[in-house]
Amino acid sequence: MTVKFLPSGDSAIVVEFGSQIDRGVSERVLRLSMRIRTSGLTGVIETVPTFRSLMVHYDPLQTSSATLVDAIGTLLDAAGRLEQRQRLWRVPVCYEGDYAPDLATVAERTNLTTAEVVELHSRTQYHVYMIGFLPGFPYMGDLPERLALPRQVDPRLRVPAGSVAIAMAMTAIYPIESPGGWHLIGTTPIVMFDLASTRPALFAPGDAVKFDPIGEDDYAAIRAAVADGRYEVPHERMVA
Amino acid sequence: MNASLSVVAPGLYTTIQDLGRFGYQDVGVPVSGALDALSLRAANRLAGNPENTAALEILYQSPVLEVRADSVRVGLAGGDAELELVGERPRQLGGWRSLSLRQGEVFRATQLGDSACCYLAVEGGFAVEPCLGSASSYVRGGFGGFNGRPLRQGDLLALHRERVEDRGEIRIPHPPPHERDRPVRIVLGPQEDHFTDEAIECLVGAEYRVSKNADRMGMRLDGPLLQHRDGYNIVSDGIATGAIQVPGSGQPILLLADHQTTGGYPKIATVVSADLAAVGRRRTGDTMRFSIVDVATAERLRRDQEAEFQALMSTVAPAAAATGLDLDVLYRTNLISGAVSGHE
Repeated sequence: MTVKFLPSGDSAIVVEFGSQIDRGVSERVLRLSMRIRTSGLTGVIETVPTFRSLMVHYDPLQTSSATLVDAIGTLLDAAGRLEQRQRLWRVPVCYEGDYAPDLATVAERTNLTTAEVVELHSRTQYHVYMIGFLPGFPYMGDLPERLALPRQVDPRLRVPAGSVAIAMAMTAIYPIESPGGWHLIGTTPIVMFDLASTRPALFAPGDAVKFDPIGEDDYAAIRAAVADGRYEVPHERMVA
Repeated sequence: MNASLSVVAPGLYTTIQDLGRFGYQDVGVPVSGALDALSLRAANRLAGNPENTAALEILYQSPVLEVRADSVRVGLAGGDAELELVGERPRQLGGWRSLSLRQGEVFRATQLGDSACCYLAVEGGFAVEPCLGSASSYVRGGFGGFNGRPLRQGDLLALHRERVEDRGEIRIPHPPPHERDRPVRIVLGPQEDHFTDEAIECLVGAEYRVSKNADRMGMRLDGPLLQHRDGYNIVSDGIATGAIQVPGSGQPILLLADHQTTGGYPKIATVVSADLAAVGRRRTGDTMRFSIVDVATAERLRRDQEAEFQALMSTVAPAAAATGLDLDVLYRTNLISGAVSGHE
């Protein structure tokens, strides 16, 4: 697979590994991102991993596109594995009542029962491909094919924070209230984006996520614990 | 008493901005920061601050502010805006300059002229908590700057200093040109191959106009529609400031400081970094033409611009009147005698 270097003006380069959403491609994107971060290349401001490419933002007064393309090419060829600090998160989700406004519609459109939708969604382990759209908004996949639906034709003007949503091959959690066109099948009481933290987004690209169904009582209890700062989202280290 | 500026009237859309919030785009946090970074840097130099100090970004219409400190020195830069003392006998005191104001004085910037934005810096800076390493307001996310939102009437903007540093006022005698008639330079890509040849000819041949759908996230451009080669959805990838993305309608959107970090529409071209400030100054209804350069040229343009900016800063001079009389001093004499202002 050839790697393409695409200019995005004189302050960013897109390193493109493919044109489709693919786990193998995502691993390469994340690996390059980590290599660039640890190599301390002059003039690199930050890297943004996405599904199939890495955007490298740079300061054109400190380096140049030509210099960076050469340096990144060398990093691509470098041998050896990097230690990757990835985590598996277990996210509590209430798939009931008002917490799941689109669950019945999703069940209808996929010819499943609501219980089957919940079962399919919560038994899958997802990969965090990227974070974008909103601060802390994780694009996670791949959704079981039976649940794949296009985005809603009329997006909602207000999707509540914590909404667990699906569209196409992805699932996501809305970290803050926002307009949105995905199907809302549950709600999590956890905080996805915390400005007080130096790592404000709970998930990082490359992390893994599983959803644990909880009832409305559990939702309220966890919500209260989160508000008191007494709740830590269950997670474990993974060896990548 | 805590030194502050009190917001008598908020202006149209006044936010606190610095040069941007870097390092969090991988978790979806936009860079934000000044639309016209050159004018922000100039305002800070005039106020005696480091260039990245957070200042007020004024869009279209200035706030009216009252000094609630012993004294405060401000620096104003951008467009044709001048500092104006508000009162029974309004006085315009020029733009691209510093000025010391006293307790109780009320002031604003005048009409911005050809520019959409200007910047008001205060000596010592506004006392706002940095958020993720920057004081820039990101209004959609509700954080940064003053409570993560534009100013409202009655806000008190806390200042770091109680009174001005004892030194003379300075100005930039020949402000830089607006450059609204010069074509905006672009580098094609990253997805120019998603467009027809006609679309690219159109982008550089036609005139585009900033529509009324323009804000700090981006400006929709009115003009000929740009045809995609096959489909308008791509797998979401990163977005650089200045990217021109084209959704299904074919109407280009030029993305500015608060743009999303990633997106799923093809980007036909990206404005060179040296022209971002000139684009940020464009007002609704302004026209623009585009011309293509390669990346190496774009990088050279940026270095040239930086050299020009430093040259401009080296022209900073005392803000005395050409006649040799310091009008400010005369004006202060009036103030103290109570002829103009009843504050003292």
